[in-house]
Amino acid sequence: MNALDEVTLYADSGEFLAIIGPSGSGKSTLMNVIGCLDSPTSGEYWLDGEEVSRLRDNKLAGIRNRKIGFIFQNFNLLTKLTAVENVELPLIYRGVPAKLRREQAINALRKVGLEERIGHRPNQLSGGQQQRVAIARALAGDPPLLLADEPTGALDSKTSKEVMGLIKSLNEQGHTIILITHDLDIAQQAKRLVRIQDGRLTEEGSG
Amino acid sequence: MNIFQGIKMAIASILSNKLRSLLTMLGIIIGVGSVIALVALGQGTTKAITEQVQGLGSDLITVNIMGRGSSNSINYEQAIGLREVDGIAGLAPVNNQSATLKYGTVSTNVSVIGTNMDYLSVQSYEMASGRFIAQLDLDYNQKIAVLGADTAVELFGFVNPVGEYVQINGIRYKVVGLLAEKGDSSSGSNDDIVMIPLTSSERLFRSVGVRTLYATVQSEAMMESAKAELDQQLSKLFRGNTNSYTIMNAEDLLKTVTSVSDTLSLALGGIAGISLLVGGIGIMNIMLVSVTERTREIGIRKAIGANKRDILVQFLIEAVVLSGLGGIIGIVAGIGAGQLASSALGMDVVFSTNIILLAFGFSVAVGVVFGLFPSNKAASLKPIDALRYD
Repeated sequence: MNALDEVTLYADSGEFLAIIGPSGSGKSTLMNVIGCLDSPTSGEYWLDGEEVSRLRDNKLAGIRNRKIGFIFQNFNLLTKLTAVENVELPLIYRGVPAKLRREQAINALRKVGLEERIGHRPNQLSGGQQQRVAIARALAGDPPLLLADEPTGALDSKTSKEVMGLIKSLNEQGHTIILITHDLDIAQQAKRLVRIQDGRLTEEGSG
Repeated sequence: MNIFQGIKMAIASILSNKLRSLLTMLGIIIGVGSVIALVALGQGTTKAITEQVQGLGSDLITVNIMGRGSSNSINYEQAIGLREVDGIAGLAPVNNQSATLKYGTVSTNVSVIGTNMDYLSVQSYEMASGRFIAQLDLDYNQKIAVLGADTAVELFGFVNPVGEYVQINGIRYKVVGLLAEKGDSSSGSNDDIVMIPLTSSERLFRSVGVRTLYATVQSEAMMESAKAELDQQLSKLFRGNTNSYTIMNAEDLLKTVTSVSDTLSLALGGIAGISLLVGGIGIMNIMLVSVTERTREIGIRKAIGANKRDILVQFLIEAVVLSGLGGIIGIVAGIGAGQLASSALGMDVVFSTNIILLAFGFSVAVGVVFGLFPSNKAASLKPIDALRYD
């Protein structure tokens, strides 16, 4: 049995799409395929005008670097690096020179309102602040797609609201966002809602 | 990602776990340090010995008699007979003993050399005053002595000893000459000695025969032919048993010293190689632990765009920086240990740039070789698996 079965999904540039489904629904697999962390066994995946489903690992690493900004449930920041160093990381792998890199990282941190905290390590920041650093990291390379996997899963309701507010405002600034969650309240804040169940998608219309 | 960035990351990672990094490097530090210190001491000793051997003079031949069966020496007549060999300029048979030398109430232990008149020129001594041993002294078993510079100072202070009497093992000897100072050589002090005629030495010590001969050649060109003929004559004396004696000149001695020091260097190299190998295994071990511990970090880096090569290079640089840093600390430690040993033991040290560069290069190579496996393991992790790892 396949985790995903005959899935067809189209997302337009500038969209804010939520994919909702319970655990075991194939949600994570879909997210891995969208995030270019995994390749589908069959079918096609066009990302930003490029068919990426048959690319090799190293090519996929480049695609992830340039085209996708990841926002994870548990932030996935490197604990030994400061906020700004974490944000710089995707730019390092892209080969951006140090000075420009630092500038772009600080800009990204300013967008999430953390320019005061650039020298702090993740363990000196609250959960909400850590997630904002992670969002800044996703933004730093200015990718065409932001992919958020349960971005509020590890946060309390108050900081959840702040982080969702930030994500919504990013969408209003023109960023394309795909959000994956099991929480209907969170999903309904997106402009378009897709439900996944047993590896199949059903369109739920606009939220 | 460029190399400079990789080195920065590696140093940050090494500094974040200082104790572990130091312990990991210890194998390399000890390996590199010991090879540098030991080779420096070995080369210093070789250099000192070489200089002393060269100081003996290039025209000197030394014959040592080991003998066969009960005859472990040759007699004076046989020894003097060797002077007839073509090309020999001077030949001094030696009967060397240790004895107590006494003047008035002062006594001292010295090396007593029973020899003939050729000894002065063969061993390039100079007279300070008086005369040296003459053939007549040997013919008539004269109880006369020539004092070395240090011996004279010890017994007489700065008074001229010529004409005085000294006692060697209780027997009265007249001092007829005083040698000028010559300095030390590989065989000990050259000035802490007394020389007496060979024949009276044989009587004094009740030891007949000659076990050492010093000869000089007329010119260096005659060295080989003189050695060959000496060999022939001695072989005749010992009825063809060529193991009963050795004939050496400065060049032969140098060859022996060099072959010893070469063997020593090889052994040291082997030991250093083994300790560096052990150090390398230590690095591999820690790198493997580090890869496992940092699986999540690798997953995060891969998710945001690091490719296989980036991760491989990151971990490889970390291993190389660890081993290279260990190498540098080892070089400093080795030079320090060598200097310390040289000042504590009074030995010469010679630090060779080649050995230092070789040791450093080897330690870096160890980092590459033993870092490759863990780095490749890290680079091959799948990002989804690595991200899920706790």
